[in-house]
Amino acid sequence: MAVEGIIIVDKERCKGCGICVINCPTKTLSLSKEVNGKGYNYVYMAKEGCIGCANCAVVCPDSAIVEVYRGRV
Amino acid sequence: MEREKLIKEENLAYRKTPLLTDAVMHYCPGCTHGTIHKMIAEVIEDMGIQEKTIGISPVGCAVFAYNYIDIDWQQAAHGRAPALATAIKRLNPYKYVFTYQGDGDLASIGTSEVIHACNRGENIVIIFINNAIYGMTGGQMAPTTLLGQITSTTPYGRRSDLNGFPLKMTEIVAKLDGTCYVTRQSAHTPLAVRKCKKAIRKAFENSMLNKGTSFIEIVSTCNSGWKLSPVKANKWMEENMFPFYPLGDVKDR
Amino acid sequence: MSEKILMKGNEAIAYGAIRCGCDGYFGYPITPQSEIMETLMELQPWESTGMVVLQAESETASINMLYGGAATGKKVMTSSSSPGISLMCEGLSYLAGAELPCLVVNVMRGGPGLGTIQPSQADYFQCVKGGGHGDYRMIVLAPASVQEMYDFVDKAFSLAFKYRIPAMILADGVIGQMMEKVELRAPKPRRSEEQIERECGSWATTGKKPDRERNVITSLALDAPVQEQFNIKLINKHKAIEENEVLYSTYMTDDAEYLIIAYGSMSRIAEAVIDMARSEGYKLGLLRPITLFPFPKKAIDAFTDRVKSILTIELNAGQMVEDVRLVVNGRIPVNFYGRYGGMVPSPDEILTEFKKSIK
Repeated sequence: MAVEGIIIVDKERCKGCGICVINCPTKTLSLSKEVNGKGYNYVYMAKEGCIGCANCAVVCPDSAIVEVYRGRV
Repeated sequence: MEREKLIKEENLAYRKTPLLTDAVMHYCPGCTHGTIHKMIAEVIEDMGIQEKTIGISPVGCAVFAYNYIDIDWQQAAHGRAPALATAIKRLNPYKYVFTYQGDGDLASIGTSEVIHACNRGENIVIIFINNAIYGMTGGQMAPTTLLGQITSTTPYGRRSDLNGFPLKMTEIVAKLDGTCYVTRQSAHTPLAVRKCKKAIRKAFENSMLNKGTSFIEIVSTCNSGWKLSPVKANKWMEENMFPFYPLGDVKDR
Repeated sequence: MSEKILMKGNEAIAYGAIRCGCDGYFGYPITPQSEIMETLMELQPWESTGMVVLQAESETASINMLYGGAATGKKVMTSSSSPGISLMCEGLSYLAGAELPCLVVNVMRGGPGLGTIQPSQADYFQCVKGGGHGDYRMIVLAPASVQEMYDFVDKAFSLAFKYRIPAMILADGVIGQMMEKVELRAPKPRRSEEQIERECGSWATTGKKPDRERNVITSLALDAPVQEQFNIKLINKHKAIEENEVLYSTYMTDDAEYLIIAYGSMSRIAEAVIDMARSEGYKLGLLRPITLFPFPKKAIDAFTDRVKSILTIELNAGQMVEDVRLVVNGRIPVNFYGRYGGMVPSPDEILTEFKKSIK
């Protein structure tokens, strides 16, 4: 059983800068087509494969990725 | 939705520190200030020193830092933060006191205060955000602007004969006997953030050891001022800023 | 039995600071007030009361050290002379804008520019009307003796903390340099951390406690309506100070037909003038404002109904006289005599001017 992860995004904090997207080692993150209240395309888990490394949360300037969980499903 | 079963306390790998307030930051998307605020907040949380920490915010984009980190703050006049911090620390030696200053604030109008605070060896932490431009006023040349770099007051690129040379504050304060720890960091990748956070923690710890001033330059981006996307700004920083402002510890005693 | 020591006015400031429980002095040398920091360094109060004394790199740094120190609820002070006060004006504006208590001593010298090192009162406008940017006032006390230099340190701190406002002792080179006997009052201890937390914890940067919101000391509003509300708050504070804290003294005014208005060292000279005038039969009296802000408007107003004319004398080209004229509002003649640039007039000279003024 591989380690898997999930991120919790506070959509309204996200400004869609994309820094998490390029720092994601498993390339699971994308910016949404929809926009949040401020008009930003927010980040979401677009694909399977998240390992819960929290790299995205660590580099997020706006602390929009508020929680990361990691474990075996 | 197998994955959602992971959401339980024992699997928590990361959470936004409660030392960061819920206020959405006013910074532009991708701005390094937010990442640095988070690191400082996490260090204060990790060290359990919220009740003993006083931050000094500058004039510039980070003037509103006091809206984001949940500690007591004072907002300084342009460039004067190290003078405020000097008095606060001397009058309250058991408090952790740090300044948070940009390149215009620290390296231009505030050179006198920062040099003398460092030279006296005040037991404070100075966090210096160098993004080589004046962000808040709309992208004018900073003392740290690179030669050739285009800003709104160097529209054809900075020229040494017209505008002088970029100022390396970190190398200058490292020469002063009053500083104990001088380092240059960045915050654009997970590894850089982890290193930078370690440096910030060390600086905070130093301020209770009576060793002198700790000075951390964080090479940062101003993607709005640089007219680049956040991701491209990070790349530009790596290619142009790091060769002139090399990362790493300059002094540690 | 109280202790009396012969000392300079500047030295009295240093003694007054240590003995009123001052927490910190931050300053930069400038004539004619350097004895203040020199005396403090000699007395080494950090060994006795724990008071911090620091020679800063500039007046700009000094005032910003006050800005930082005052924000933590501590009793902090600096001192300087005219050109140095100009450099401090930005910081004073921030202190006023953040409603912080502190004490600034200005031992005035001749100006403008680098000017002279001799006594002057040429900073009245700068200190009483503001000096820095924005609509603000400081409480301004004008001592006329070495004893008052000593006593006003404690008094200024009390007022500064009562109203959360910068206070200034506005002296001149004469008061700073002359020697008189000073009665030292019983020393007050510095306040404990607990006491500061109790008295200032609701606003000061004493470290965020779990039971309160974080304290932020700032003078930034950004929104005009918010700033205007703050300006109104300051105006009301200034009104309360004008209502409650006016100080002045009088000399030979019970039967006076003519009045001299003077403050600081000029009021001392004025007393000699009045004695001389009275020996020649002129019923001359003196009103001496002790607080320049708040200005003794009501007292001057009352005299306006009683005397024939007023002579204002100052060591400048005519600054306080404008405030006197505002109160008198054209009802009786208000004359002015001044000397400038560090020159001090003799009583004879002023008596001659007085006689000319009533012809």
